Amino acid sequence: MKNFKGFIIFVIVLALTWLLLTGSLGKDELLIGGFSLVLVAILFFGYSDLYRALKITPKIILFYPLYLLVFLKELIVANFDVASRVIRPSLPINPGIVAVKTSLKDPLSKLILANSITLTPGTLTVDVKDDTLFIHWIDVKGKDVEEATKEISGKFEKILKEIVK
Amino acid sequence: MILGLSFILIGLAVLFSTLRLLKGPSPFDRLLAADTLAVITTALLVLMASYFSRVIYMDVALVYSVLGFAGVVVIARYLEGGL
Amino acid sequence: MVIVGKILVLIGSIFLFLGSLGIFRMPDVYNRLQAGTKATTLGAMSLILGVGFMSSSFLIKSIVLIIFIVLTNPISSSTIARASHKAGVPLVKESVIDVCKDNVREEEA
Repeated sequence: MKNFKGFIIFVIVLALTWLLLTGSLGKDELLIGGFSLVLVAILFFGYSDLYRALKITPKIILFYPLYLLVFLKELIVANFDVASRVIRPSLPINPGIVAVKTSLKDPLSKLILANSITLTPGTLTVDVKDDTLFIHWIDVKGKDVEEATKEISGKFEKILKEIVK
Repeated sequence: MILGLSFILIGLAVLFSTLRLLKGPSPFDRLLAADTLAVITTALLVLMASYFSRVIYMDVALVYSVLGFAGVVVIARYLEGGL
Repeated sequence: MVIVGKILVLIGSIFLFLGSLGIFRMPDVYNRLQAGTKATTLGAMSLILGVGFMSSSFLIKSIVLIIFIVLTNPISSSTIARASHKAGVPLVKESVIDVCKDNVREEEA
């Protein structure tokens, strides 16, 4: 049990999921839920690198909603972008795979960054190796690493860095 | 009226994904079509839950989306060549 | 509230339709993934949220479903992209650049 805080967060996430799924506070549900929660937490915490490396401060709780707003806006823009490409008969694409460097270290924010890149306009994470993300870009604007980094992950990294700090 | 239009659009979506599923050409195209079909089916189940006003269908949709995700990841890892 | 829900359902189904149209029309696996993932994610989100608006007993379950779809959909498409890249599915011939390929060659040399 290296990271007790991470374990507690793991348990809280599991409990919240259970409560939302059952949607009731009856005695039977709580009993079964509590039992399976303890079992799952003890069995699977060892496998979860993500929760073991997890840190949480008041600042993080403040910044995640902000991140969510930026992300939602990008998601909607992305959809209109894709929709306009798909509808046009000429299918305007200019695709390629580029590399992007990230300065993020912990696995959770790397996961969030990769997922966000997949859901934002014209980009799709193909692979992650240490601090390099390989990204398929539907409309390549810059071929070298710096340009691509600035264009693709700049917005998200600014906020995620604040969270991790 | 609006719901009927939605059902028609979803039906067309299922049709196009199924065409891609049949056409291939690589196994990854088929897998991707199956993944999309799983998401569309989840959405369709939710819509039907609302149409027949049965909350229990939502649980079916939830389980279906979990199983679809797990299946797609397992098959992708298998095709990659290392489970 | 019901009419807002119905409009959200309609928007969602339009995006689901556009997503699968993209899957049908795009030229290679990666571009298909691009079109498929984004459009179906937002489409399913909007449709399920619309159903949640239409009747309040569906709201909690629909929010759980939305969270689940947003978390898992990009992961499954990234997995497919990685698998097809490792298996050597080529990019479409209009492609401009493939950094990954250069890396692989350097490692082999």
